[in-house]
Amino acid sequence: MAKDITIYINGKPYKTTDDLTIMQAADNLGFRIPRLCYHPQLSIEGACRVCIVEVEGMRNYCASCAYPVSEGMKIHTDTKELRRARRDIVELILDNHPLDCHTCERDSNCELQRLAHSMGIRKRHFEGEAKHYEKDLSSTSVVRDPNKCILCGRCVRVCSEVQRVNALGHAYRGFKTVVMPAYNAPFSETVCTACGQCINVCPTAAFVEKNHTQELFEKLNDPDLIKIAQIAPSVRAAIGEAFGLPAGRQMEQETVAALRRLGFDYVFDTQFSADLTIMEEASEFLERLQGKGKLPMITSCSSAWMKCVEQFYPDLLPNVSTCKSPMSMMSAVIKTYFADKIKKDPKKILSVAVMCCTAKKYEAVRPELMVDGLQSTDLVVTTREVAWMMKSAGIDLVHIKGEKFDEPMGLSSGAGAIFGATGGVMEAAIRTAYELYTGETLLDIEINDIRGLAGIKEGRLMIDGKEIRVAVAHGLGNAYELLSAVRKDPGRYHFIEIMGCPGGCVGGGGQPYAGINSIPLDAECLKRRAEALYGIDRNKTIRRSHENPDIQRIYKEFLGRPLSAVSHKLLHTHYSAKEPLGIIPAEIQAR
Amino acid sequence: MDCACGGGKKIEELRDYMKDLKKQERSDSQLIAVLHRAQELYGYLPQEIMDEVAVMMNIPTAHIWGVATFYHYFNLKPKGRYTVSVCLGTACYVKGAEDILDALKQELKLGVGETSGDELFSLQETRCLGACGLAPVMMIGDKIYGTLTPKKAVEVIKMYRKQAAGK
Amino acid sequence: MKKEYVITLCDGPTCMRNRSKELESVIQQELQRHDLQEERVRIMLSGCLGMCSKGPVMIINPGYTIYGKVAEKDIPEIIQQHILKNQPVARLAIQEDHLYNRFFRIFGDVKFFGKQMRIALRNCGIIDPEKIDDYLSVRGYEALAKVLTEITPQEVIGVVKKSGLRGRGGAGFPTGLKWELTAKEQSDEKFVICNADEGDPGAFMDRSTIEGDPHTVLEGMCIGGYAIGAKKGIIYIRAEYPLAIDRIKKAIAAAYENGFLGANILDSNFSFDIEIRLGAGAFVCGEETALIHSIEGSRGMPRPRPPYPSVAGLFGKPTLINNVETWANIPVIILDGADWFSSIGTEKSKGTKVFALAGKINNTGLVEVPMGTTLREMIYDIGEGIPNGKKFKAVQTGGPSGGCLSEEYLDTPIDYESLAKVGSIMGSGGMIVIDEDSCMVNMAKFFLEFTQNESCGKCTPCREGTKRMLEILTRISAGKGVPADLDKLERLGTMIKKASLCGLGQSAPNPVLSTLKNFRDEYEEHILKKHCRAHVCKQLFNYEIVDKCVGCGACKKVCPTEAISGELKQQHVITQSKCIQCGNCFKACKFEAIKKV
Repeated sequence: MAKDITIYINGKPYKTTDDLTIMQAADNLGFRIPRLCYHPQLSIEGACRVCIVEVEGMRNYCASCAYPVSEGMKIHTDTKELRRARRDIVELILDNHPLDCHTCERDSNCELQRLAHSMGIRKRHFEGEAKHYEKDLSSTSVVRDPNKCILCGRCVRVCSEVQRVNALGHAYRGFKTVVMPAYNAPFSETVCTACGQCINVCPTAAFVEKNHTQELFEKLNDPDLIKIAQIAPSVRAAIGEAFGLPAGRQMEQETVAALRRLGFDYVFDTQFSADLTIMEEASEFLERLQGKGKLPMITSCSSAWMKCVEQFYPDLLPNVSTCKSPMSMMSAVIKTYFADKIKKDPKKILSVAVMCCTAKKYEAVRPELMVDGLQSTDLVVTTREVAWMMKSAGIDLVHIKGEKFDEPMGLSSGAGAIFGATGGVMEAAIRTAYELYTGETLLDIEINDIRGLAGIKEGRLMIDGKEIRVAVAHGLGNAYELLSAVRKDPGRYHFIEIMGCPGGCVGGGGQPYAGINSIPLDAECLKRRAEALYGIDRNKTIRRSHENPDIQRIYKEFLGRPLSAVSHKLLHTHYSAKEPLGIIPAEIQAR
Repeated sequence: MDCACGGGKKIEELRDYMKDLKKQERSDSQLIAVLHRAQELYGYLPQEIMDEVAVMMNIPTAHIWGVATFYHYFNLKPKGRYTVSVCLGTACYVKGAEDILDALKQELKLGVGETSGDELFSLQETRCLGACGLAPVMMIGDKIYGTLTPKKAVEVIKMYRKQAAGK
Repeated sequence: MKKEYVITLCDGPTCMRNRSKELESVIQQELQRHDLQEERVRIMLSGCLGMCSKGPVMIINPGYTIYGKVAEKDIPEIIQQHILKNQPVARLAIQEDHLYNRFFRIFGDVKFFGKQMRIALRNCGIIDPEKIDDYLSVRGYEALAKVLTEITPQEVIGVVKKSGLRGRGGAGFPTGLKWELTAKEQSDEKFVICNADEGDPGAFMDRSTIEGDPHTVLEGMCIGGYAIGAKKGIIYIRAEYPLAIDRIKKAIAAAYENGFLGANILDSNFSFDIEIRLGAGAFVCGEETALIHSIEGSRGMPRPRPPYPSVAGLFGKPTLINNVETWANIPVIILDGADWFSSIGTEKSKGTKVFALAGKINNTGLVEVPMGTTLREMIYDIGEGIPNGKKFKAVQTGGPSGGCLSEEYLDTPIDYESLAKVGSIMGSGGMIVIDEDSCMVNMAKFFLEFTQNESCGKCTPCREGTKRMLEILTRISAGKGVPADLDKLERLGTMIKKASLCGLGQSAPNPVLSTLKNFRDEYEEHILKKHCRAHVCKQLFNYEIVDKCVGCGACKKVCPTEAISGELKQQHVITQSKCIQCGNCFKACKFEAIKKV
């Protein structure tokens, strides 16, 4: 039980409780102590020393992120000496950091830059040798630039603690310390799943996505191409943040309009293909339930998760749904069904996916997903990239008049919208599977057991007298926990949803950087983004994928029925075990 | 010489060693001991061996790499037949260890941490060898040479050269 | 059958490392030659005696004759005279002043030991460290037997608290309090750790203790385990100490065999196991939390405290960490009592401290003195002053994290508070004497280079700050310093001391700050006059040819820049503008005609 205590900050008494650190107590009282390596979702590092405070009776400064408050503690956050020490510490970080802010990708959106400004560093006192390393451009998704790294270790912690991928670690020591994968191997050859959470938590530009904006700008200018965009559910729930809007404002129609201004000929909705995914996946699940295939069935929408499963859980590959992700399903039908409709050579179509995700860049180039030898998704740009493109092209997303998606792949059900939040795919699948199986409409369609940010969520429902047990995990670390349980007790669940990123796609590695007053991966922010999607769902009259008239039409005109031969050719694939070159994933042994 | 990549007796020995450790509680805490054993067998830590350790001990390679690069004791590259370690402890330093090191650098045409092209000598600095009474000292293999002068140090190297040529 | 003579060879790291085996075999040959049976003469290898500068040292008992600087050729004479005729060879024996020492009186009459008092090192050099019987014969494991049969854990802690013993690893935290805090925690599992990752360059007391008297460390740990309720002990030892590792392994095996380790020790309810873990070369692992991470198989990086190891240490369990010397004190305190122990030393620092005396001093070696002994006594009485008639300049205590003290501080008593007050630290016990030939700017640079190189890289002040300080020092010693540099050094140094995460960073600026305080004039000379009075900083002095020159031309030949001119058999001249201070001419001159000015 926490006890009420009195502490003194800068000479004045305040009430607080003894279960808090100095930083937490100060936060509650309106003192925002400067900080850098601290992150509320991660373990305490205490490394940057930016959050130091003076505590009376202690010989040295103490890191407020790590030190607990106690009764009568006299804390000073702002003495002259302390201000100077803090300033000097931040300057020391800058002295070993490139001086290229105005040409840096994170200019004006960099935690270090903000910190340096607020510390009042106007002059350098201690300049000297600075590090110089090669950038790693090998990955399809993530660019690592050790020169920008300030060794806060957030990326290492997120990769090991939240994602349990352990692609990154500190190597060497002292002034020569570098964050790198094992053996300093190219990222593309490591166990990195391309989830992009390192980008999300990085305070500087040491990790950024592989940038495809210039390539896209060029192609948008190509008069010979039909330019088609699709946008993921979560993009609309977060893109506003990049334009200074609060988290949770959905910007669906504005984004459609803005993409048209950018030069796209057609803008489709990935929510449509999410509905399509549900048709296929729910049907696949029912087949498996009737003995055709392994149970539990595990979802396959998340690209980071798919890389993860191939490396770490090859034994579970038969359990993974053969459905492609909504992005790849959309791209496949764009280059077949839609190309046919507009009578264009699919080679003349530029299929661009606007995604909340960095791993989708990896998915796009996967050979398993080609259709008739043709890459179906030509380019993937993240929410961040597309927001920048809009700004660069002078498009005012905030004030633009909203527009609707193009037909015939613009209509979606509420089920497609909630795909972006953890538990959403499961919820959407249940809505449809229930009806496909029983022939009756599921009335109570909001399944609260599997909503929200709990790491692992479980639910059960009766379908035709049979109990179906489902589980949902988001973030690869939670997936590890859940699947370890499944390996021990394979009969425990029938259906499992796994999303690679914390919070599901709304917390994707390609979402806008945290603003001045928030932190990356902030639970509150993730909740609001998810709430935006649930709001879309609630406001729709059509909330079940199979009721979407465009879905009904595509089956009637083109696919026939779920799991048909055409479906199998375009919408399904098979994945295979992978051993990243030169690096054996340790977790394989955990089998 | 056994090749570094599996096969051979060395790898079997290392595997047996790890198997024994695996039986213990909290076996992943034995990583440093395993790396010591690997270096004893191979003279350094080949990448393939670190991969092997990762799989056997169930420790992520990024972690192993972090440990291997953190500690001075672990070599990531093969060493020469003779490792010449010049003590740069305080006692040796005030008695002119730097001059010894300079003389050796010149004689061996090597920088600190480098190995000669003929794989005969590796030159390195070391922390206190606890032979402060003999300062300045250097160690070749496990033999200590004390009360050195730059000239004496060079002579010792020449002696080793002769020895190697004789073999 | 009783042995008539015991020949003890000091197997300490310095004096014998190369030669012990050779001497031993020569002695054996000689004994065989005289047909002296093993029953009559026993040869024993023993740990460091601390008289490193007199090495190799050999002792013949009974009679306690100490022979110094023994060469192989001396052996026949010693055997012939001493063993066969019972006439010690005076020429080789070390016979000096009077000594009073509770544990060491057997060595009598040796000045080197005169002001010493051996508690931690009490058995080093007396017993054969590889024979548990030897340890038992000097009351070994008696303290353990006593606590297991007569004293409750709480009482043991009480005794340690009352003794006033403080951690010998550096910070001087009260040992009893540490034990009490760890004992207080409720946990299914607790650990006791012996920190033997001695890292200070120039300090080797832990190594000597383990090599000379490993059982005392084991006994101390057992008592600690009993007191705090731990069943498992771990010795974390440097991999660079193969002999110490070997000895401690043998000692552990012997202790198990004789029932001093394992289940139900001495038929009590107390069970205790000890295991060895090797370090891998990281100075920072002397820090408790870094050491714990290293034992856990990770990079040795410290973490913020709290939680302290006494609450959440190894594997998250309450853990008691003490260093070798601290553990070695425990059995004595139990046997002879807290009152006796606390009668030694000063008000706040009780007992003795072992120092590794080295540098520009006549007697280098391991020294154990009561707390409160002055630096002057250490350097001039025990160390017998500076060699070659040079002038004392500074003494550096506490290893690379300590401070450099000038002559005016020589009467400072050696204890935790007094040393801290004058800007240095006790540290683990390195003591380096520096004479006028050393440049203090260069010394500060040397120490900072070491800590900079050993910084784990985790926290900003230590990782980046020490680098910048080193750059400034390098600049100053290259003659490129500006007056503002001194302020920057102080500003950075003070910040790093107060803001770093662990003890390494918090003490890294000490050598710089203390030399800035005590030898500021040397810094100013470097910066303002571009001159290094010790002629160490290459760019800051000149070579000049004086009238001793005979005009041999040797200097001219080796000069790479043709800076030297002069006719044969006439005094040569150096053109300063061409000189690059390579020093070749200085080394080449056989007539001492080239001077550094």
